[in-house]
Amino acid sequence: MEFPKKADRLKRLTQNIIFWMARGLSYGIVVILLLILFFIVRQGIEVISWEFLTTSPREGMTKGGIFPAIVGTFYLVMGSMLFAVPIGVMAGIYVHEYAKAGPVKRLIRIMTDNLAGVPSIIFGLFGMALFVNQLNFGTSILAGSLTLGLMALPIVIRTTEEALIAVADHYRHASLALGATRWYTIHKVVLPIAMPNILTGLILAVGRVSGETAPILFTVAAYFLPRLPSGILDQCMALPYHLYVISTSGTQIEAARPMAYGTALVLIVIVMIVNLSAAGLRHYLSKKVKMN
Amino acid sequence: MSKIATQNIHLYYRDFHALKGITMAIESHSVTALIGPSGCGKSTYLRLFNRMNDLIEGVRIEGEVLIDGIDIYKIKKQEIDPLRRNVGMVFQKPNPFPKSIFENVAYGLRVNGITNRQFIEEKVEQSLQQAALWNEVKDKLKKSAFDLSGGQQQRLCIARALAIEPSIILMDEPASALDPISTGKIEDLIFELKNDYTIIIVTHNMQQAGRVSDNTAFFYMGDLIEFGTTKKIFTSPAKQETENYISGRFG
Repeated sequence: MEFPKKADRLKRLTQNIIFWMARGLSYGIVVILLLILFFIVRQGIEVISWEFLTTSPREGMTKGGIFPAIVGTFYLVMGSMLFAVPIGVMAGIYVHEYAKAGPVKRLIRIMTDNLAGVPSIIFGLFGMALFVNQLNFGTSILAGSLTLGLMALPIVIRTTEEALIAVADHYRHASLALGATRWYTIHKVVLPIAMPNILTGLILAVGRVSGETAPILFTVAAYFLPRLPSGILDQCMALPYHLYVISTSGTQIEAARPMAYGTALVLIVIVMIVNLSAAGLRHYLSKKVKMN
Repeated sequence: MSKIATQNIHLYYRDFHALKGITMAIESHSVTALIGPSGCGKSTYLRLFNRMNDLIEGVRIEGEVLIDGIDIYKIKKQEIDPLRRNVGMVFQKPNPFPKSIFENVAYGLRVNGITNRQFIEEKVEQSLQQAALWNEVKDKLKKSAFDLSGGQQQRLCIARALAIEPSIILMDEPASALDPISTGKIEDLIFELKNDYTIIIVTHNMQQAGRVSDNTAFFYMGDLIEFGTTKKIFTSPAKQETENYISGRFG
């Protein structure tokens, strides 16, 4: 049978156009990311020095460094993860491994998704109302960590759930058929297989949390602190908030501009290191837990 | 007393009536083949005996399933895990854990809280020998189970099931994903295991049913059409449907 050649040529042309558009757009994303990076690096690189990374701000934040903000961000990330990881992973396990299909499971799903969509400033307000005022933690690392943790919670739950979904059922069945309990099966078989994906999710949550400004605005962030915090009920500085402050509300905004770009550079480098380490860890773990 | 018996078992997946009143008795130390076209209920029937159907939401069961005279659907929830230790299962697709060969076989022992290293080592070797795999893997027990071929993986899964000393082994088309040589090894193995275990095997392969089983049950559309010695079913079946199926006229 003869097929019309013209139709074939047209089909191939259409395919090529779509393909090149898709290719162009995906390269476009890379270009945009590189442009942002280039811009930040060019503006910020000149203030980066050992002093900038290890000392406190001086002279109305136009001089000195951002060490307290780096330390503060580190504390907040650790604190929020300490809170969000156990609860989020447990919730993910419950939703996927234990909860029966039905209204309760659907409700948890919908609520988790909605929680992920709540604007971060609302988390900030809620954190202030609950942790700072109601529970009397004051503006403190504790209150800020809990607020950030709440924000990270849906990400952790969702990635845990996705990671568990990706574990083929036949592993569970094999274990249960040997007389293992559900928890033994989850703990010894399912979680080790899901771990690379869960960890990737957690590290992405870290990346997200470390860059947030709004949730810490009213709950922990200090405009300027000459000292490092000495406990979890102290305030602290944080990179994103510091960037916000010196770009908008200092007395000498223009003079502080290089400091702002330097801060931005440090923040973006930290987030990228975290994300790249997620990729590396995932690669390492998925090699360790060999799948076929 | 029969080793296994079902009394008028009905099973529903929500509205679907998958098993329609199956009554059957299986003797100890025998191999029983369950045959029939896809969707006839034979795998569902097999999964009654270790309560794997419980894992599917919307399943409802009526009737009695007796193992050693005990109705396994009347036992307490916490007795289901011990039941599954007594009723081992080999699945259609080899499904070793992403662990070492050794740990795969040791898994069931660890599940049961056994920590004695020497005992575990002996049991692993013994189980691998029973599964006719020991000679092929004895030098690479620490290697991943995924380094084995499909046929070896399936024998590993059999060893894994044997390690916890069940009295019954359920096999759900254990050789359907394997090449003819591996299939032959599995069949030889089933023949050996019959001395110590009661085996029920689901198969789509008529020759296989003929080769390995003592008794054969023919299922069709959720009904047990005919159950008898394999010899009788294959040479002079009582029902026309059985003869049609065995002679390859449908299914």
